[in-house]
Amino acid sequence: MTSMTDKSALIRMFHVHKRYGAKQALVDATVDVAKNEFLFISGPSGAGKSTLLKLLYLAEPASEGQILVDGMNLSRIPRHRIPLLRRKFGIIFQDYKLISTRTVYENVALVLEARGKKRSLIEKKVKSMLRVVGMEDRLTAYPPSLSGGEQQRVAVARAVAGDPKIILADEPTGSLDDESAAIIFQLLNRFHSHGATVVVATHDKSLIKNASGRVLQIRQGRLEMPPDI
Amino acid sequence: MTFYTRHAIKDILENRFLNAVTIITIALSVLIISAFGLFFLNAQDMFNAWKKGVRIMVYLVPETSEAQRLDTHDRLRTIAGIRHIRFISKDDALNLMRERMRRQRSLLDNLRENPLPDAFEVTLLTDADAPEKIEFLAQRIEGLSSVAEVEYGQQWIERFAYFFNLFTLAGYGMGAMFFTATVFIAANTIRLMLYSRREEIHIMRLVGATDNFIRIPFYLEGLIQGFSGGLIGLLVLYGIFSALGSRFEQTLSVEMVTIRFFSVGICAAIVACGMATSLLGCVFSLKQFLKA
Repeated sequence: MTSMTDKSALIRMFHVHKRYGAKQALVDATVDVAKNEFLFISGPSGAGKSTLLKLLYLAEPASEGQILVDGMNLSRIPRHRIPLLRRKFGIIFQDYKLISTRTVYENVALVLEARGKKRSLIEKKVKSMLRVVGMEDRLTAYPPSLSGGEQQRVAVARAVAGDPKIILADEPTGSLDDESAAIIFQLLNRFHSHGATVVVATHDKSLIKNASGRVLQIRQGRLEMPPDI
Repeated sequence: MTFYTRHAIKDILENRFLNAVTIITIALSVLIISAFGLFFLNAQDMFNAWKKGVRIMVYLVPETSEAQRLDTHDRLRTIAGIRHIRFISKDDALNLMRERMRRQRSLLDNLRENPLPDAFEVTLLTDADAPEKIEFLAQRIEGLSSVAEVEYGQQWIERFAYFFNLFTLAGYGMGAMFFTATVFIAANTIRLMLYSRREEIHIMRLVGATDNFIRIPFYLEGLIQGFSGGLIGLLVLYGIFSALGSRFEQTLSVEMVTIRFFSVGICAAIVACGMATSLLGCVFSLKQFLKA
């Protein structure tokens, strides 16, 4: 169990448990994530990394304990405010989670449309984000026609299009070749340097080795400081 | 709203098959219910036209004196629900019969004496034309001293009213059945569409879309489906009506009845019902789906 007691933390987890029936996916997790921190959650597959992230954006509720995200207590948040919580996050998934029937432009625009932004602003922002990730020339392409690396870059553009406070990346390089993984990681670093708090769940030790940031290890649902990476 | 409408139309075009199934279902339901409604509307017109012509024939006892006849006439005038009273003397009645039975005229010429009675032809007010009221009036008239018999086609009125009420009930029953079936089918089609797009909806929720943001395009889709289905159903009915209506009109022209189609207002109400039905299906499906 790892603990921080920074009261200005953006994310705070207090003795959080998550159970799926008899199986304990997360055990007594207590952790704070400071504003503009770059945090790695490392561990083998099935250790509970994704579960921890899911609890943060309320894809699933915690079985026990308290989670605060930017001052919002997730155990007390009413259903209609969950979208507001999720807008604090930009989420990147291993399987990209792009809508295959929508173009690259539409996939990124979705985030801003959901926030009710004006069309002119959406166009400007989407093009700008796609330029940052190097996908500005594939606006009208559909995700299935893109490579894995390209799809993940679009997913990164979508994650940051809404100017989220926190970027959650769940195995963002898990399905990518080294070159594409490096590009994604560079992008995450870039957004971190622009002020975003980044939480990356990964089992890729080489990724962690080359990065600066706090590392938490998770084993069988228990968070711990790594002895040595 | 432009954004939602654009998305709704795009979604309809992307899911053509499922949308076509829903639209055809709504169109068929509207066609069947409206056909029944149209029949009901015209049957009611016919019934009303026929009812307007309802007359009670009041036959007087033989040898009724002039004074008694005038007294009966005055008594008839005091009865509420009677619009017009016309005396038909036995001679007038025989002449009328001769005119109507020209071919059998010789039969009537051979009569030694006129067997027909004096009579009053009583026309009723329109608000007194319900079968029960007619029967009540007939009983009152029958109670007058010089009256021998009252004739008013009671059985025909009652039978017609009985069938008419039966049709009305069947119409409501069928309407309710088709309405439920249409809501059910529309709901299931939308559910299939939601199921096929569950990943997309899941992603929308992950990026912070509200339930309303997800719902509104589906609601609009439902309204478009309902509108299209309702309009198609009505157009098909109008086509059938145009093809068959003139034939019925020829047959019924003797009865002074004109076959008519729904008014613009009723057509608009039918299309609106189609839209409401489809929307209701959407609401049910989305409520269940988004709760999960």
